[in-house]
Amino acid sequence: MLKKISTIPFSGTSEQEQMLKEVIKKHIDDPGAIMPVLQEAQEIYGYLPYEVQVMVAEGLNKPLEEIYGVATFYSQFSLTPKGKYDISVCLGTACYVKGAGQIIDKITQIIGISADECTSDGKFSLNACRCIGACGLAPVMTINDDVYGRLEPSQIPEILAKYKD
Amino acid sequence: MFRSSVLVCGGTGCTSSNSEKIIEALTAEIAKKGLDKEVNIVRTGCFGLCAEGPVVIVYPEGSFYSMVKVEDVSEIVEEHLIKGRIVQRLLYKENADADTITSLAKTNFYEKQKRIALRNCGVINPEVIDEYIAMDGYAALGKVLTEMTPQQVIDEIKESGLRGRGGGGFPTGVKWSLAASNQADQKYVCCNADEGDPGAFMDRSVLEGDPHAVLEAMAIAGYAIGASKGYIYIRAEYPIAVERLKIAIEQAHNYGLLGDDIFGTGFNFDINIRLGAGAFVCGEETALLTSIEGNRGEPRPRPPFPAVKGLFQKPTILNNVETYANIPQIILNGSSWFNSIGTEKSKGTKVFALGGKIKNTGLVEVPMGTTLREIVEDIGGGVPNGKKFKAAQTGGPSGGCIPAQHLDIPIDYDNLISIGSMMGSGGLIVMDETTCMVDIAKFFLEFTVDESCGKCTPCRIGTKRLLEMLEKITSGNGTMEDLDKMEDLCRYIKENALCGLGQTAPNPVLSTLNFFRDEYEAHVKDKKCPAGVCKSLLNYVILTDKCTGCTACARVCPVNAISGKVKETHTIDSAKCIKCGACMEKCRFGAIIKQ
Repeated sequence: MLKKISTIPFSGTSEQEQMLKEVIKKHIDDPGAIMPVLQEAQEIYGYLPYEVQVMVAEGLNKPLEEIYGVATFYSQFSLTPKGKYDISVCLGTACYVKGAGQIIDKITQIIGISADECTSDGKFSLNACRCIGACGLAPVMTINDDVYGRLEPSQIPEILAKYKD
Repeated sequence: MFRSSVLVCGGTGCTSSNSEKIIEALTAEIAKKGLDKEVNIVRTGCFGLCAEGPVVIVYPEGSFYSMVKVEDVSEIVEEHLIKGRIVQRLLYKENADADTITSLAKTNFYEKQKRIALRNCGVINPEVIDEYIAMDGYAALGKVLTEMTPQQVIDEIKESGLRGRGGGGFPTGVKWSLAASNQADQKYVCCNADEGDPGAFMDRSVLEGDPHAVLEAMAIAGYAIGASKGYIYIRAEYPIAVERLKIAIEQAHNYGLLGDDIFGTGFNFDINIRLGAGAFVCGEETALLTSIEGNRGEPRPRPPFPAVKGLFQKPTILNNVETYANIPQIILNGSSWFNSIGTEKSKGTKVFALGGKIKNTGLVEVPMGTTLREIVEDIGGGVPNGKKFKAAQTGGPSGGCIPAQHLDIPIDYDNLISIGSMMGSGGLIVMDETTCMVDIAKFFLEFTVDESCGKCTPCRIGTKRLLEMLEKITSGNGTMEDLDKMEDLCRYIKENALCGLGQTAPNPVLSTLNFFRDEYEAHVKDKKCPAGVCKSLLNYVILTDKCTGCTACARVCPVNAISGKVKETHTIDSAKCIKCGACMEKCRFGAIIKQ
């Protein structure tokens, strides 16, 4: 899968670095530690920039190439930061046949970014996800933890307007 | 003892439509009325009828309330729980004009179903192990450990005819006996809960609704093949299922049903959870095992099969969630009970996730051999909005589209393959006349191109080329020659790709080419998309008899492609039009159509 890589400068804090070190310490002896460590690292930083991958590689004593290989293989790992409001539009089959493509087009039209991108003010990020399993509510999107189902393109402006601040 | 039980669905579908808030409101309202010693609130797994969610059932009456809102809670408490009067207006109605139905088992949706894998879903509280035990939970594990030899367990599973529910349909008992016959210091039992097939959610519902059934079955498998360790590889996108699994594992440990010396028999078995990170190819067995090892989830050639060299190079069995959910029932009721259900070569039941253009979207479990028509029309309630059924898609990106003329085919593994589709994990998406079959083939190819791991050339480059040809056709530049070339390429990929992902990736193209060739030809020869989906082949036009000249469309058009005077018919300049559809959305008179 093709990954977009962010050009926004890294702004990790020393607290985050400390947390990451503890995660690495916890998992270092587990067989197959790379994935759990990257998953927890993404929870700490919100995404996996180059700097974080270097820290993981050094911490686990693995080549950076291996870490980068895993980080870019799985769709859950993001190399671009998430916005304050992270929009996920489900593009599973059930949502697709019910018009999820038009939903994502409408969002792109309004906030001006396409999938896997973040607005320059850091407010919105957009991604197209695979089936979240709420096929009964198709088409579905989530904004952070809020779920919106049975969507029509005409509802999108009103929904996005709720996330003003 | 409680006098009433209120069951609220806590599956992902209903949680997404606010069932948590309903549980909170119910709890508060019942406490307020002083009924908390009399009424038991149970958060269950999925009932199956997701389209009608959030779903609430009140027992002992069995009243089935659908599409419940938080505002309805006080009425249910006041009327039903205090005064004993069923709230008629909230009851699930099968048809607007038909009688309101109170009992679940009598609805069209449930009547033709037979629930084995889903037997506890929507019945018990999945976060309380005692409820599972009350439904004969862990009795099968007890029976296996105290009364049966590992060989007897394997024979029983073989005899039952159970085949893998993840898609391939390999006989489960054979898989187990292969792993059992290989000697090693350590063996593994793995569970594939990486349900990546878009539109399929049966495994998630089993894990959310009945997690202990999977744990029990894995322990039985461990005893049968001689393994003491298990891994469940589950999608991180299923947070509720992950949470319930964690709770279930902890409770099973506390009861001595997992861990060391289970039932005092000296048998040890423990289970770990591994989170997937969103890679469809990890549904393939060797890729999944590579991913548990922490690497890029790329498949590797077989042999050696995982039963010989699997996880960490040790003999391993890998079964799907739904397969495991059948195991305890087979042990308890016997193989002859199980193999009396289904068709000659496909025994038992299959869970399908109904989705797309169908009235009752949700989860159904039917005996093998049920016809597609029964599933779509009787259980699913047919295609809504008076539209015509066009095709049912099974098997996700590995499967194909089944047209109307095959609706009466009894569904089992072999029949589906004979018509160019496959069982897959059980997603069943219904499409109506507004779905373009070329566009659907393109949709699945986009998916496989994105998810191809890149290890083998036929899949990495072949699927990309296939997608390019489909793009050429949907943009109106295709030739008849392209159709033949596509067929050739499809066959080449099927024969040469390394793993199941690549070998089945051409199926959506082949099956649509086979059954809907006329649609492809319309795109190529007439430069038209009959379903009105492919943007480049569409034109938006204004109907002169309906246009009132209100100018709303002209004002909303982002590229000024619409012209016309006030109160006169407007026209769209198709050369300027970018086909965004904004005008059609805005028109209040239905005067703008796609053609």
